[in-house]
Amino acid sequence: MDLKPLSSGPSPEERAAVDAVLGPPDAAPGAPRGLAWASAHRHLLLPALRAVVRRVGWVRPGALGYVVERLHVPPAEAYGVASFYALLPLDARPPAVLHVCDDVACRARGAAEGVAALRASFGEAGTVRDGATFHTSPCLGLCERAPAALLTVAGEAPREEAFGAVTVERAREALATRRAPEDVRPPLPQRGAPELRLLARVGRVDPTDLDAYRAAGGYQALRRALELGPAAVVRALTEAGLLGRGGAAFPTGKKWQAVAQAAVRPHYVVCNADESEPGTFKDRVLLEEDPFALVEAMTIAGFAVGAEKGYVYLRGEYPLAAARVAAAIAQARARGLLGPDVLGRGLSFDLELCRGAGAYVCGEETALFNSLEGRRGEPRNKPPFPVEAGLFGKPTVVNNVETLANVPWLLLHGARTYRSVGTAGSPGTRLFCLSGCVVEPGVYEHPFGVTLRAVLERAGGVPSGRSLRAVLLGGAAGSFVGPGELELPLTFEDTKQAGVSLGSGVVLVLDDTVALEPLLLRIAAFFRDESCGQCVPCRVGTERQEELVQRLCAGRPEGSRATELALLAELGQAMRDASICGLGQTASSAIESAVVRLGLWKGGAS
Amino acid sequence: MSLHLPVLPERRTVELTVDGAPVSVPEGATLLDACQKLGIDVPTLCFARNLAPVNVCRVCVVELAGARTLVPSCSRKAEPGMVVATDSERVRLSRRLVLELLASSVDLSTAPRVTEYLARYGARPERFGPGAQTVAQPVKVDNDLYVRDYGKCILCMKCVQACGSEAQNTFAIAVAGRGFPAHISTELDVPLPESACVYCGNCIGVCPTGALMGRTEHELRAAGAWEPERQTEAETICPYCGVGCSLVLTVQDDRIVRAASNERSEVTRGHLCIKGRFGWAFVR
Ligand SMILES: Cc1cc2nc3c(=O)[nH]c(=O)nc-3n(C[C@H](O)[C@H](O)[C@H](O)COP(=O)(O)O)c2cc1C
Ligand code: SF4
Ligand code: SF4
Ligand code: SF4
Ligand code: FES
Ligand code: FES
Repeated sequence: MDLKPLSSGPSPEERAAVDAVLGPPDAAPGAPRGLAWASAHRHLLLPALRAVVRRVGWVRPGALGYVVERLHVPPAEAYGVASFYALLPLDARPPAVLHVCDDVACRARGAAEGVAALRASFGEAGTVRDGATFHTSPCLGLCERAPAALLTVAGEAPREEAFGAVTVERAREALATRRAPEDVRPPLPQRGAPELRLLARVGRVDPTDLDAYRAAGGYQALRRALELGPAAVVRALTEAGLLGRGGAAFPTGKKWQAVAQAAVRPHYVVCNADESEPGTFKDRVLLEEDPFALVEAMTIAGFAVGAEKGYVYLRGEYPLAAARVAAAIAQARARGLLGPDVLGRGLSFDLELCRGAGAYVCGEETALFNSLEGRRGEPRNKPPFPVEAGLFGKPTVVNNVETLANVPWLLLHGARTYRSVGTAGSPGTRLFCLSGCVVEPGVYEHPFGVTLRAVLERAGGVPSGRSLRAVLLGGAAGSFVGPGELELPLTFEDTKQAGVSLGSGVVLVLDDTVALEPLLLRIAAFFRDESCGQCVPCRVGTERQEELVQRLCAGRPEGSRATELALLAELGQAMRDASICGLGQTASSAIESAVVRLGLWKGGAS
Repeated sequence: MSLHLPVLPERRTVELTVDGAPVSVPEGATLLDACQKLGIDVPTLCFARNLAPVNVCRVCVVELAGARTLVPSCSRKAEPGMVVATDSERVRLSRRLVLELLASSVDLSTAPRVTEYLARYGARPERFGPGAQTVAQPVKVDNDLYVRDYGKCILCMKCVQACGSEAQNTFAIAVAGRGFPAHISTELDVPLPESACVYCGNCIGVCPTGALMGRTEHELRAAGAWEPERQTEAETICPYCGVGCSLVLTVQDDRIVRAASNERSEVTRGHLCIKGRFGWAFVR
């Protein structure tokens, strides 16, 4: 491998930021940090580049060159990695950037008009004034506070601050003062309700205090797991019928068992906290408000599958969640609940927090592994599956935050009690992310089998005087359902039979004040932006799909509307059938459902 | 000295059914191998025998009974009892769409196989309209030996593999960006002479579309003087060093216009160095 240095060197600030992550170049006396060290630390490429961005706002060539030199990564490859991630900009940016969400849930609450007004008053996205600029952003996972924004300020003491209820005034205030304006966080709607399982502690138990967590029953489940032994823990999950909440509804017990039995070592446990499906924010609430539960659940997972190391891959846009999880890990470690001898019982398990850098596809489990390893977040071909060859090529359990949140409750109450709510095919409860045109948006926990109507009613329904137009169920990768489908029981089996999906629990409500077409355009643009670009059906298909939707929305079809709709359907089928990963496979779902279920462009709603 | 032949573990075979016909292949073989054994012509673009399958073009997909989606035959390993269809409606639709997506976005004029595939599947790329976004861009001519015409690039990754760990170990190029704008690039898009490139030309050797092309060929084509019907191919051994790389020289009007190596060659696996690839400017 030949390494040619990139022309300009790093600035002192950039060098310091990189060294803070990688350690000083000559840290280990007598053991120069050469090739062996570098190849063992390749996974620090993203953290190092992120540190540069936090310090100076973007990845200057000199800084990229320094990272490349320290980690012995070929410059072309490192450039390929940096250019993959939205939060690792390679073009000059001022220190303060306001990321204004203009995605579906925020649009249902006026984000498009807000952004247009901001353009008119501040200038186009990217305009720099007094060291600050704004860019539009895909869903920030703050949909209950829509329209939402995230302010990032690079510097010696970098800051990341999210806030909701964005108006032009509040956005300009943030840009001018480099401080987020006051954020009103609505309380959890069901706070304190006795039937809550996953949300029981949210809003009631101090999420920053390990003692408060323990006083509220925390760490009893780990003790129970240690009594039961690994095999019985896995059996309990299987008997309870716990299904993955990350989208694919895969049986969690089966997954854990496969890793527990895998001969290849070491094993890893990974928490998928990349939550980037537009309209989804349930994991954020769990991470922010109950972080110790995640630490405990992952420790149980490590014990059950024989892993000593776990990783939390947290989306880059969740600053508060990152701080809370980092603090929880640190407290747990300090108190002997993580480390070489957990609870003094000889169990060795530790956790590392890694932050994403702005790429929806990194929520796909194998893309997530690549990203954790310091590579482009491109999904891998399956098989082999993660239980066989996952992170660093080793057997890996990867679970969604909500899936893991079920584990402590399940072990404490047993599989029978766990199944006392929900249906035979979908036992237990589910978190739903209510957003858009509802009176009380937020995260709700309901038993599986609850009807869509009941879920809407619990959230207060659409504002009075308006009528329901449609619900986007499952997120951008999900489907629209019409007002005639409210009796649908929300279970994996019923939604599957109805040809829709629960996905990540998104229930995005649209009333008659919201036009559908702009939302479809946004969804099409989202998939075009977020395709990793690996495979043809998705790389070119998402581009063509957006062009088609644009023509249909503009009423300027190529040929007739009928031929355009036929082409859209064929394109959808090819993307679904021939794409490598779930992104391409579901990129046409919402758009097709608007045509098929809502009758859009067929003389129906528009 | 006695000759010890390695004792080969008995290679198990896998029995499966392709298009209704039973076929058995050695364990580890792919569905593509099984198809080829039956004489079924499966189109491929991002597959090369001398590089690991990356399964990104998806033109080789087949229908596997029981699978939710189609599967890439070039990488999917054959398993006992698999039932595979290579010419079902679903397969034909996806292959046609993949070809239409490529042909509507990339200049495929120097990718000979694709023209035949387009016809075979009745692809009509013009369905996407005159406004369809393409990857058209100026040819990069920044060195004396070869040109990079990324308007012809289908992102098959062959060049990145050949430049990297699978042949050359130089890592001068990689994929940058994501989604439709994803492209093959040096670091920060610097010209090749400023990159790590050593001009082995192995990327040219594996490029299936002519996006990467020796300068001689590029200039002859530009001048309308590239005439395959007046060309002959000669196999020889490279004289420059003692390795003994096999060469395939294309000759037009007594002039060597292209040098390549056979991917099946035990010595080269299709890869050469700067001398074998480009050291022919003055040879007649
Ligand atoms: C494009 C894409 C994005 C995804 N994003 C997420 C995500 O943000 N969080 C998540 O848990 N799963 C996500 N998934 C699903 C994961 O690949 C995987 O199925 C899941 O993490 C497994 O955990 P579970 O079994 O607990 O559901 C995504 C899948 C795809 C195809
Ligand atoms: S489907 Fe899309 S996101 Fe997934 S691998 Fe293919 S190009 Fe990448
Ligand atoms: S000529 Fe050789 S070194 Fe240069 S980019 Fe191509 S494969 Fe890499
Ligand atoms: S330049 Fe050629 S070999 Fe490289 S990715 Fe493009 S088409 Fe494939
Ligand atoms: S935060 Fe804007 S759509 Fe989710
Ligand atoms: S040849 Fe199989 S995916 Fe390209």
